[in-house]
Amino acid sequence: MADPRTHRLRLWSSALVVGVVLLAVLLVPPLVQLDEQAVDLSRKLLPPSWAHPFGTDDLGRDLLLRCVYGLRISLLVGLVAALVATVVGTAVGAAAGALGGWTDRTLMRLVDAFSSVPHLLLGIFVVALFQPGVWPVIASVAVTHWLSTARIVRSEVLSLRTRPFVDAAVSGGASRWRVAVRHLLPAVLPQAGLAAVLMVPHAMWHESALSFLGLGLPSHQASLGNLVQTARSSLLAGDWWPTLFPGLLLIVPTLAIAGLAGAWRDRLNPRRRSELML
Amino acid sequence: MLELDTVTAGYDRRAPVFRGASLTVAPGESVGLLGPSGCGKSTLARVAALLHRPDAGRLVLDGAEVRAWRHRAPRELRTAVGVVFQQPRTAADPRLALADLIAEPLRATGRRAEAADRVAELAPAVGLTADLLTRRPHEVSDGQLQRACLARALTLRPRWLICDEMTAMLDASTTAALVAAVETYRETTGAGLLAVGHDRVLLHRWCDRTVEWKECLPAEENP
Repeated sequence: MADPRTHRLRLWSSALVVGVVLLAVLLVPPLVQLDEQAVDLSRKLLPPSWAHPFGTDDLGRDLLLRCVYGLRISLLVGLVAALVATVVGTAVGAAAGALGGWTDRTLMRLVDAFSSVPHLLLGIFVVALFQPGVWPVIASVAVTHWLSTARIVRSEVLSLRTRPFVDAAVSGGASRWRVAVRHLLPAVLPQAGLAAVLMVPHAMWHESALSFLGLGLPSHQASLGNLVQTARSSLLAGDWWPTLFPGLLLIVPTLAIAGLAGAWRDRLNPRRRSELML
Repeated sequence: MLELDTVTAGYDRRAPVFRGASLTVAPGESVGLLGPSGCGKSTLARVAALLHRPDAGRLVLDGAEVRAWRHRAPRELRTAVGVVFQQPRTAADPRLALADLIAEPLRATGRRAEAADRVAELAPAVGLTADLLTRRPHEVSDGQLQRACLARALTLRPRWLICDEMTAMLDASTTAALVAAVETYRETTGAGLLAVGHDRVLLHRWCDRTVEWKECLPAEENP
């Protein structure tokens, strides 16, 4: 149990990290105008210095710049995949919960069928269908991650739709559609939003895993997974920086996003909220 | 005339809550239904409000037999019966301000334009002041919220009003105010009332006649 001070510290440090990361990925590429793919073999595998704070890789490319570009791709994949998965999951879960009967049974068996396949395997299958690129990776992560949101939203809707306020709306002439859109959906949106934020770091890790396996983005395109993958060979030669910095950039922002989501979850729970005096 | 004719209802077909209950409310009449907790009177109230499909039996409103329930019921029939529930906290959408709560039935039936006037008319009738109307349910007391729930039930001018333990959660003065509001509405519109509850004294004073739950059931169900 976090006391209010720890809670605030976690919230603000997470917000600071996420803010810095967002500023970096949004501002650095247009402002710096450097080519992160430019090869310079005379500068290969330089350790961190003032000129190259993160060092250079085995092709002499500046790692700080490549990390920023990599983080940009990873965040893009994470955000878009989480958004798509949440929208699909919320729609399926809300339809199953609100309509019930055969719709519910059919949709939930579909969810079960998807969940029965290990999702990395299903993700690999999806990327294998297309040319390597950002969109197949997003599709692969989204296709495998709407299931948990659908389950969360369905169970929320099931518990909400037996409440008297739904009866009152029906008695007041509301259509099925209006009850779903005006009364049930707004009630589940905070939960769905929380699931979406928690999914962003998860989706980033999936992108990295696919790229690390050589199935994600083409290797010249910087992504955190690609960076770690290409740095593996130099690690054995004692060059630690090409692995360490992309690895840290994968871990620290995901912890920060999870920290923000945790603060939001505390806010959603009224009892936690009063404990923390928010 | 609101007629419940040998209604059997419950939440599991094999074990209904009650069998063969009958009850009639004439236009302009107020009927109090008395019974112990758990006997099924709230379920009967939900059947009468077209919110729960009975396993057997008929509900007849002004000679028209009801054949569809909840969303499937024609809107004119559904809105002809207004209903007030026991617990205002669970009966009010927590995201709607009281004014929106009262106006919701008009918006849901495509009569948005009349909403502001109707709210201005109903709020004083149930004893809600203007400053309360902008508040959300968690910012008002149970009594104030129940006043808003009563106003919502009256928004579409129903021909019957069903009050399911409407005042069980409330203090004596709020109870008196809500009963007075219901009676004023009935005097001006001639609506029928079915008040369900276990407060004998209140229902005897309030209603034209009171019915014991066991009188609704056929003799073989009352050994």
